[in-house]
Amino acid sequence: MAAVLCLAAARPCWAHAFPDHSEPRVGHTLDAPPPSVRIWFDGEIEPVFSSIRVEDDNKRQVDRGDPHVSSTDRTLLEVSLPPLPSGRYEVVWSVVARDGHRTEGRFPFRIK
Amino acid sequence: MNVKRSAVSLCVLAVLVGNVVAAEAHGMIGQRFLPATLATDDPFVADELSLPTIFHIKLPSSEDTPATKFTSLSSELSKRLSPDLGISASGAWDILAPDGGNTFTGFENMEVNLKYVYFKSAAHELLLSAGFTAEIGGTGSSKVAESFDHYVPQLYFGKGFGDLPDAVEWLKPIAVTGVFGWSVPSRTHNKIISLNDDGDVEVHREFNPTVFQWGFSVQYSLQYLQAFVRDIGLPAPFNRMIPLVELPLQTTMNGPLAGHTTGTVNPGIIWFGRYVQLGIEAVIPINERTGKNVGVLAQIHFYLDDIAPNIFTWTPFHGVLGPTQPR
Repeated sequence: MAAVLCLAAARPCWAHAFPDHSEPRVGHTLDAPPPSVRIWFDGEIEPVFSSIRVEDDNKRQVDRGDPHVSSTDRTLLEVSLPPLPSGRYEVVWSVVARDGHRTEGRFPFRIK
Repeated sequence: MNVKRSAVSLCVLAVLVGNVVAAEAHGMIGQRFLPATLATDDPFVADELSLPTIFHIKLPSSEDTPATKFTSLSSELSKRLSPDLGISASGAWDILAPDGGNTFTGFENMEVNLKYVYFKSAAHELLLSAGFTAEIGGTGSSKVAESFDHYVPQLYFGKGFGDLPDAVEWLKPIAVTGVFGWSVPSRTHNKIISLNDDGDVEVHREFNPTVFQWGFSVQYSLQYLQAFVRDIGLPAPFNRMIPLVELPLQTTMNGPLAGHTTGTVNPGIIWFGRYVQLGIEAVIPINERTGKNVGVLAQIHFYLDDIAPNIFTWTPFHGVLGPTQPR
């Protein structure tokens, strides 16, 4: 029944708190360094158990170390960045959905 | 025409064509989500319910049977006993409608499966497991089910290709699952007693072969592509779809049909959400021995561990396991 309700609901209630979209977009190349990395998930996430960091190609953490879930949008996980040089970077995240379901992942982006 | 024998042979043929009752499971390994496949088994253990799985095909006529419309409605309930050990039970109800004949129905034998995940690597999105399935003879209707057991030790694997280098990033969403099983019947021969035209009793011996069951699925996850490789702007519901091809196959290992392989190629698509996944596949015979017509296989599959984790993930020795977590 829950599944039927899920399917019927106008607002999607997807699974496992997967990322919906992000800034920078997954796998894209930017002309200028972004001020932050932001990931919107398809469900609300728990601030205490959710993390995000950005690594350079040598696996060195390059973000400002202030990962947080937005206080106004519980689906948004973000971390700010210093001005980064050209190169390839990887965003590593782990979140826990409100139902206790944990998901994790990583994705790349590049700066020209 | 001996209706009962014809029914049995049709049922066997249907199993050759469809091989639809399988113990499926969904799960995550690292950042890879693998859905429950429809026709072949995958390596996860999980708390879930497939209800129903529907298979329909028109079976061609043979020497002693007319062309028959075959429909199977099956279901399976899976339950974890620990994070890596699970059991499942499945059953199916068959409807056979021979051309020019009466439709008859019946339950297939019940199948039970025990599975254990013995290796997992999140970094390489690799999962290996072993299992044992028993088809319990006599639990189904005598019209369509055999009266003896089948025992099937099995090995399973699942592998995602997210660890490929960036140079081939478009291949990262690919995943492969597979199963190898050795199906041994508890009775090697059936004795069939009938009366010939002269009224004399005739006894035939029908051989029950050992069968190597093997199957694969090749999947391309659009969700994986979008979330971990490259955002190509796919909107819902496409961003939760997994196009796939399944190949359920079996090779007879002894008896008069030794070495013969039957099976199907099943191209299809699975969509998954929070509590449910929907799947549909075409069922295409790989050779004339398997059949000639294209069938259809569809399934609704519920993730019980997400719907009500406190109820459905309870175990006697490990308490409430909670939703299936990344390994």
